Amino acid sequence: MIRTNHQIAYDDRDGVLVIRLSGEIDHHSAVNVRTHIDEKLLAERPARVCLDLSAIDFMDSSGLGLIMGRYSLVRRYGGNFTVIDPTPAAKKMIDLAGMERMIPIHYTHSERK
Amino acid sequence: MNRTTIDYTARVENELDLTMPSLSVNEGMARAAVAAFCAQLNPTAVELADLKCAVSEAVTNCIVHAYRDTAGDIRINVKLCEGRIVQVEIRDKGCGIADVKKAREPLYTTDAAGERSGMGFTVMESFCDSVRVSSRLGRGTSVILLKRLHQA
Ligand SMILES: Nc1ncnc2c1ncn2[C@@H]1O[C@H](COP(=O)(O)OP(=O)(O)OP(=O)(O)O)[C@@H](O)[C@H]1O
Ligand SMILES: [Mg+2]
Repeated sequence: MIRTNHQIAYDDRDGVLVIRLSGEIDHHSAVNVRTHIDEKLLAERPARVCLDLSAIDFMDSSGLGLIMGRYSLVRRYGGNFTVIDPTPAAKKMIDLAGMERMIPIHYTHSERK
Repeated sequence: MNRTTIDYTARVENELDLTMPSLSVNEGMARAAVAAFCAQLNPTAVELADLKCAVSEAVTNCIVHAYRDTAGDIRINVKLCEGRIVQVEIRDKGCGIADVKKAREPLYTTDAAGERSGMGFTVMESFCDSVRVSSRLGRGTSVILLKRLHQA
């Protein structure tokens, strides 16, 4: 079954799977986002995964759980996981949790907003 | 459960009451409704974002923990007080918290399997000026968030 989720966009670039999340990530939306992403990750097992948070309008602690869970999944099959371009809303949560000690955060200085 | 008395005695200038069933689809509505009500005080974008996040944490806890495998009502009361104080109480009649002090510790969660990070209370505490929690096992929980907005 092919699921669609309007909050997720995938982009395969030279062996790197970029997963771009948008909108509001809370407990309600995280459940569907997680299922959707995990189906793709488990089917394709991309060696490198970038979680792009440049279009996140709202994120609470459920977003932290979502990021940590995907990080663990990718690491478990031997892949590499990074977070890129978190918006201030996402960055505030990441900083509060001290997530940067575990997961690399990269800024691509892209024009995207 | 006794309604918690708040020692904060500033005059209440406006008030909103909301009751909703513990459906996750209401999380976004709840934080947006609180933010819309507080907009009359002209908060900054950051103040509003922080308040929304704190409310979202408390409401999610009612759905995920208090009413875990059941359903029940979530009550939200918002008071706009003299001195630009916003007070939001989020109440449930769910399972209650055995040890509130422990529950408030960063990273403490009873639901690691559900991908919870145990950061909800930490978010509330860092995004608000004060967080009061009162709870009774089997009776429910009340969380009161206080946020002082910038002085105009
Ligand atoms: N309304 C509630 N009713 C019953 N138990 C609660 C309630 N709110 C919180 N708890 C308990 O307190 C613990 C800590 O809550 P907190 O919000 O800090 O973390 P979490 O919900 O487990 O994880 P996160 O919020 O990061 O997703 C919960 O795991 C739960 O056991
Ligand atoms: Mg929580």
